[in-house]
Amino acid sequence: MIGFLIRRLLQAAVVVLLVTMITFILLRAIPGNVAVAVLGPSSYRNPQVLAAFDREYGFDRPWFDQYFLWLGHLLQGNLGFSWTLDQSVSSLLGTHLPKTIWLVGVSVALALVVAVPIGVWQAVRRNGPVDYTFTSLSFLFYAAPTFFVGTVLILVFSVKLHIFGPEGPQGGLVDDITDWRDLTLPVVTLALVTIALFSRYTRSAVMDNLSEDYVRTARAKGASGRRVLWRHVLRNSLIPIATLLGLSLPGILSGALITESVFNYPGMGYLFFKAAEQQDYPTELGFIIVVAIATVVGSLLADIAYAVLDPRVRYTRLWPSTWLPKTSCQPGSPPPQGSRPARPGACSHAAWKCSSRTGSRSSAWSCSR
Amino acid sequence: MFLENRLAIVGVVMLALIFGFCFLGPFLYHTDQIHVNLANENLSPGAGRPLGTDVNGYDVLGRLMVGGQISLEVGLAAAVLATFLGTLWGAVAGYFGGVVDAVMMRLVDALLSIPTLFLALVVVSMFPPTETELILVIALTSWLTTSRLIRGEALSLRVRDYVQAMRVMGGSSARAVFRHIAPNAVGTIVVNATFQVADAILTVVALSYLGLGIRPPQTDWGGMLNSGLQSIYDGYWWQIFPAGVSIILVVIAINFIGDALRDSFEVRLQRR
Repeated sequence: MIGFLIRRLLQAAVVVLLVTMITFILLRAIPGNVAVAVLGPSSYRNPQVLAAFDREYGFDRPWFDQYFLWLGHLLQGNLGFSWTLDQSVSSLLGTHLPKTIWLVGVSVALALVVAVPIGVWQAVRRNGPVDYTFTSLSFLFYAAPTFFVGTVLILVFSVKLHIFGPEGPQGGLVDDITDWRDLTLPVVTLALVTIALFSRYTRSAVMDNLSEDYVRTARAKGASGRRVLWRHVLRNSLIPIATLLGLSLPGILSGALITESVFNYPGMGYLFFKAAEQQDYPTELGFIIVVAIATVVGSLLADIAYAVLDPRVRYTRLWPSTWLPKTSCQPGSPPPQGSRPARPGACSHAAWKCSSRTGSRSSAWSCSR
Repeated sequence: MFLENRLAIVGVVMLALIFGFCFLGPFLYHTDQIHVNLANENLSPGAGRPLGTDVNGYDVLGRLMVGGQISLEVGLAAAVLATFLGTLWGAVAGYFGGVVDAVMMRLVDALLSIPTLFLALVVVSMFPPTETELILVIALTSWLTTSRLIRGEALSLRVRDYVQAMRVMGGSSARAVFRHIAPNAVGTIVVNATFQVADAILTVVALSYLGLGIRPPQTDWGGMLNSGLQSIYDGYWWQIFPAGVSIILVVIAINFIGDALRDSFEVRLQRR
């Protein structure tokens, strides 16, 4: 376990380092000259001014020198300077990042509270009207682009019914917490697609677990269907959800970007979008780094959570070749043909390969009846 | 197998209808989608204009066809390109293993940790795209999951007897990758490619919605939604719903097909 943690942390560090390299390449790939972009087109008339700018900011040095200079700045928490907004990127982050964290946090919490019970309900009443209704809904919301959902919600709840505000809260963080009327629509918009995804996974995880031997054992020992469902099945079904949560973070952040621009919610995603519009590269790239680190940390936590929650997982490889912890199967050996692993995902990535939509074995025992 | 699945048939029929609507529709329903006509702006649906007109006076039904062409073209092309790239990358990494694998996959991890939309936005803001460039940008930011899946397949395929036998007979690594690994992973590739199309369409639509996709007078469904949103408070519903519903229908149809393909190939795959 400790060995796994150390390897996993090292791996995360390597990935973050690679992210900085990619970002730096993007930084270098920007068309034109930074000095001209900052000082304006007329600065072409004064080559010595341009040279002074390049010297001041280190643009006259060789590229690897610039990379290490920039990396050194990064390590000191200096993410760059937005010449467009005349602010340092870290101060922009300081004001905008908490708002995004709040938005994402509330909507993910809402999504979990809604999606898990729906998924359990669907699994228990599989192939009934409840299951079909929620399956259709999740197909619908999975396919609907976030901005369309947001637009329709504005049209219905704000323009027609006047219940909620059309824009997200515009003030500081306190405003976000108190102004629930304006916050509702952005949170719901962002949560709907997450609910669609999570409820599918909960449904299939619960269905897989319902057909496990331990369920039959518990029933045979006299535990009630309800108790088995909530104490045994749900606990085991939440394991893939924990992993999924960490791995969905990039998708949720992309959703937050769109949601924030639909609702003019001044979070990080909105600022990023504005920066992209105004070609404010330092802001864009500074944010990329922060988002990437958040994602790396998210999947790191997901892995750790998976290892802590599921003692059946063993870590055998010296250098895990994928993000997710390996189970007892040896990599490189062919998976058993024609047979499913004993447990969803036993031979592979934990959450990814669990049967997501196809249902489960036919002998599954329904504990509701 | 595939056709026994009713949802798959529904998906194929829906997709065929939408393709017919977008690519054959303009031959039957002629509209001017290039010249702005401010005399006709924001007209509600009526005789001669079944879905009304938009803020620039373009006929919405005609624009839905033209815009759909771009959304579908970009989505399909980007998905094909991404699948090709991802398959090649994953097969090579999985086949060679060891250091090559570690380096190649760490790069995938790093790129994967930057959300697609963020990466695409940066590139698009640096190089304002034409249709071809948009395809490239989306393909280059979405081949990562494919490569990871194919790598997993390659890891198990490379130790199979027929690959070993071919190696003993003096076959090259390139032959192993192209003739044995990739063709045997075809189930995973096809199923993943299907979902890639849906994702690519959603990405191109999102970029256009944000105003950084296709430039006017060309448009796609995302661009139509973007301009519809400008007049949302006037209640011009016909500028919002046609494009939005089209996107949803296409993505649902593709998901139906992908699910059916997955069942018939018996592939277990990740979604996103």
